[in-house]
Amino acid sequence: MATQHSRMAARVMVAPSVGLLFVWMIVPLVTTIYFSFLIYNQLYPDRQGWAGFDNYYYFLTDRSFLEAIWNSIVLVGGVLIVTVIGGILLALLLNMPFWGQGIVRIMVIAPFFVMPTVSALVWKNMFMNPVNGMFAHIAKAVGLEPFDFLGHAPMASIIGIVSWEWLPFATLILLTALQSLDSEQQEAAEMDGAGRLSRFIYLTLPHLTRAITVVILIQTIFLLSIYAEIAVTTNGGPGTATTTITYQVALQSLYDNDVGGASAGGIVAVILANIVAVFVMRMIGKNLDA
Amino acid sequence: MGHITLNSVRKTFGEADVIPAIDLTIQDGAFAVFVGPSGCGKSTLLRLIAGLEDVSAGTIQIDGVDVTDLPAAKRGLAMVFQSYALYPHMSVRKNIAFPLKMAGMSVDQQEAKVQAAAKVLNLTAYLDRKPGQLSGGQRQRVAIGRAIVREPKAFLFDEPLSNLDAALRVAMRQEIIELHQHLKTTMIYVTHDQIEAMTMADKIFVLNAGRIEQAGSPLDLYNHPANTFVAGFIGSPKMNLITGGEAEKLGATTIGVRPEHLDIVAQGGWSGVVGLAEHLGSDTFLKIKTDLVGTITLRAGGEVQLRHGDQVRLAPRADKIHRFGADGKAMA
Repeated sequence: MATQHSRMAARVMVAPSVGLLFVWMIVPLVTTIYFSFLIYNQLYPDRQGWAGFDNYYYFLTDRSFLEAIWNSIVLVGGVLIVTVIGGILLALLLNMPFWGQGIVRIMVIAPFFVMPTVSALVWKNMFMNPVNGMFAHIAKAVGLEPFDFLGHAPMASIIGIVSWEWLPFATLILLTALQSLDSEQQEAAEMDGAGRLSRFIYLTLPHLTRAITVVILIQTIFLLSIYAEIAVTTNGGPGTATTTITYQVALQSLYDNDVGGASAGGIVAVILANIVAVFVMRMIGKNLDA
Repeated sequence: MGHITLNSVRKTFGEADVIPAIDLTIQDGAFAVFVGPSGCGKSTLLRLIAGLEDVSAGTIQIDGVDVTDLPAAKRGLAMVFQSYALYPHMSVRKNIAFPLKMAGMSVDQQEAKVQAAAKVLNLTAYLDRKPGQLSGGQRQRVAIGRAIVREPKAFLFDEPLSNLDAALRVAMRQEIIELHQHLKTTMIYVTHDQIEAMTMADKIFVLNAGRIEQAGSPLDLYNHPANTFVAGFIGSPKMNLITGGEAEKLGATTIGVRPEHLDIVAQGGWSGVVGLAEHLGSDTFLKIKTDLVGTITLRAGGEVQLRHGDQVRLAPRADKIHRFGADGKAMA
């Protein structure tokens, strides 16, 4: 019934929601772009006026900028590697029949429901604290020196915390994909002489590519904006060891009160995120076809 | 080679005794068909032979070697599944070559074997396509190709034609028969369709509730059914099984008369009214409601003009009546 008339009617009917979504997106974006060209520092209310591209210039030439980009890449990449590999292994495990399967599945999903600030605090104080943390106690119990995770391996520790939060998501999506794997295919491969490992490489992994793509795409979007875990645990430190682009922007606006500079940083982050998105879509998006 | 022997093979799933105890022998080069209604254990039996299920008791021998504890891959059998079970992300070429690749064969040898199989199955033009781009019949041929290249001791078919439409099913049936004549390899074929069983088999095993009711050549089963189950299962339309007074007159509990062994007569016999007349052109199937022996199916020639409501008299040919005792077994 896609006549000229009904198509017109459909457009008129969806117009309000499309318009609302457009305004929803465009207003904050335009405001940010506007601020990024202003001299706007809350500590110096007397200094006002157009800044031109100065905010961008200072943000991009700041020596911590390249470091922040690198930190972002390490954080996102590290968490992706851990969650995809760990997610596949966990999904394979959970897909096997065992007693108490239902309860275990719910428990595996549980970390996803814990708020990022809360889970970061729990990890920081209950597990990784070099004096009172569980890991410190375990180390002392077996006669080892307690390790100061957040002091000596800050990025790895944050990757660990964020991976713990996102592993359930990856596991859940990959488990659903695993369950749709055709059992007759597996049996056919078994008769064709494929062992467990060959079946995993030639059947299971290709079957999972689409789910893995979804996991990587969605997680990349959310991981680029990680803020709470860094703020709660290391505050971007020690030094600038865990300052990502997102955290750099937050530092500029919250600690330096430089709204103009932070806005410029935000726009830079948006542009970088879009470049990453295009790149990722090009690279693995073709798996979503067919 | 492919001489398969089962010795008192038993299979239980928890409490359920799916196959109580089966003994059977399939000669090298035979085309054996397991036929029976849904849930009779025929697919389970095939999976036991394939090694996809473990036997609960008993032994399986292939060419005199005990394979009961061998994994599926080591038994030298190839299986064609109902869903084809093709690998969706691989091209037809890679699908067919997969068992060879797993066996560690060189790429050149793989290609030669794939080409040979593709030629036999008319798949040469489709080698670079993915299974999703093929029709049902072509997918079935790819599945058969994947089985052929392994040069197995025996082929196992698990209802391979049930996902195809009627016309294609007849064509594929003939292709499989020709393939068997060409390869001369043992084939075991599972189906619930007695027409497939009758047309393809050298030897039919009729299964019911995990037991072999009768084994023999198609015509043997048709002419001499061992019991009422086989009598009712083999043949289309089904044999008329009559109990009561008319059976007792012949000294049996049940008598069976095939629809094609009944004649319309002027007098005598059983009188009845035509309930349904199916005119197929070549034949006419009449469902006749009689007072004495219930509803009877009769197969008449295509020229018969009887219609719903007509009065007829019908009589069985005396030498074609099958007699069964109280235990359902055929009487001598």
